[in-house]
Amino acid sequence: MPILDVQHIEKHFGETRVLEDISFSLEQGQALAIIGSSGSGKTTLLRCINFLETPDQGKIVVNGETLFDAADPATQREREVRKKRLHFGLVFQSFNLFPQYTALDNITLAPRLLAQEQPDFKARKKEILEEIVVEGRELLRKMGLSDRADHYPHQLSGGQQQRVAIARALALKPDILCFDEPTSALDPELTGEVLKVIRSLAEQKTTMMIVTHEMAFARDVADQVIFMDSGVIVEQGEARQVIEHPKEERTRQFLSRYSEN
Amino acid sequence: MLLSVSFTLLEGLVVTLELFALTLLFALPLGLIISFGSMSRWLPLRAVVKTIVWIVRGTPLMLQIMVVFFGPGLLFGLPLLPRFTAAVVTFVINYACYFSEIFRGGIQSVPRGQQEAGLVLGMTRSQIFFKVTLLQVIKRIVPPMGNEFITLVKDTALVRVISVYEITWMGETYIKQGMIWPLFYTAVFYLLVNGILTLLFGWFERKMDYFK
Repeated sequence: MPILDVQHIEKHFGETRVLEDISFSLEQGQALAIIGSSGSGKTTLLRCINFLETPDQGKIVVNGETLFDAADPATQREREVRKKRLHFGLVFQSFNLFPQYTALDNITLAPRLLAQEQPDFKARKKEILEEIVVEGRELLRKMGLSDRADHYPHQLSGGQQQRVAIARALALKPDILCFDEPTSALDPELTGEVLKVIRSLAEQKTTMMIVTHEMAFARDVADQVIFMDSGVIVEQGEARQVIEHPKEERTRQFLSRYSEN
Repeated sequence: MLLSVSFTLLEGLVVTLELFALTLLFALPLGLIISFGSMSRWLPLRAVVKTIVWIVRGTPLMLQIMVVFFGPGLLFGLPLLPRFTAAVVTFVINYACYFSEIFRGGIQSVPRGQQEAGLVLGMTRSQIFFKVTLLQVIKRIVPPMGNEFITLVKDTALVRVISVYEITWMGETYIKQGMIWPLFYTAVFYLLVNGILTLLFGWFERKMDYFK
């Protein structure tokens, strides 16, 4: 059974159809890259999966559980949607770190708030909060940022900020980690450190969806690739095959524009 | 003479400061509530709130003071509110409307991504407001709030129209005795209060400097 099964997603913004009959699935431990030109609907798709947009049609199933069904309003209640979001983590193009918190506090804020909902929180408060901080520091270490724990976002480079954002998303142990063009807002010399972190997550078999413009990275790191154009999936398949030997003419045209640059 | 003028003016200053403090105490929370109303997704509420804000900001505060004090009696035959109470009520409504626009501007200037980041981390809307948005709003509204506070100190002089004896009124009583210097002396008190406010706001602005 796939960990994620997306069925016939459709989304309109007013009269414009931005997603049309999107279906795909993702296996546990796999990385899926979504490529395509700007405005092709990649980001909207990722936002639908993270419940930041509500699809007009379709279903989203995680681990066999239907999290979203456009035909069933009961799956769209705010209270439950909040919990469902926790199946996914999302790393934004523009990091969206909380500026008033240190790197460590950015990572531990949400876990601390969620811990308050545990039934044994009152009894084990100190212990639980200490655990959260230990895990937060461990994540920073994995991101190579141990010495930046007490820095505020504006004191960090873009690449460091994005690595803190990745740690923040990982802190909630999502089933599927999503990246929305994680390196697009970075200076070219800073993209490498972020891609390296994502690559190591892939090696540790983290289930991921990555919207990206880095074709070589998608080819080398992803297991599957989806190419989108004008709101539809034009081609999907094994990463190396789609990027090196695309079947569809539109995919070929898109990729050739990239290899020219 | 100097001593007796000082005591008279200090008596007026107490009234001025009471009006100032009570206005802030009630207008700040009320302003926040009004700002939520003006950002409501429900059009009728938004329309009503925006209309009220337009009327309150669009008419002179002095006129509003008179309407609140004399209106209930002349329109409905109700007993008059105590003068000071009428003054506080008018100032709270008036300043809450100005504050609400400052809050709205502050809240809307926090990037949408902050809220989205909170949402994908499983936070509730109130957690996002109090733990993520609020401090960023406060930081952004410190300079315009400083302006409003200083204006408020001086606006309190308007309550003379319903004979509340604040400091400017007290200073004016000496004109009839042919003395002008008590008015300058009055100005010194305003300058002192606003000087302190300016320092406090400057200090707070620096305190918020630790993040961008």
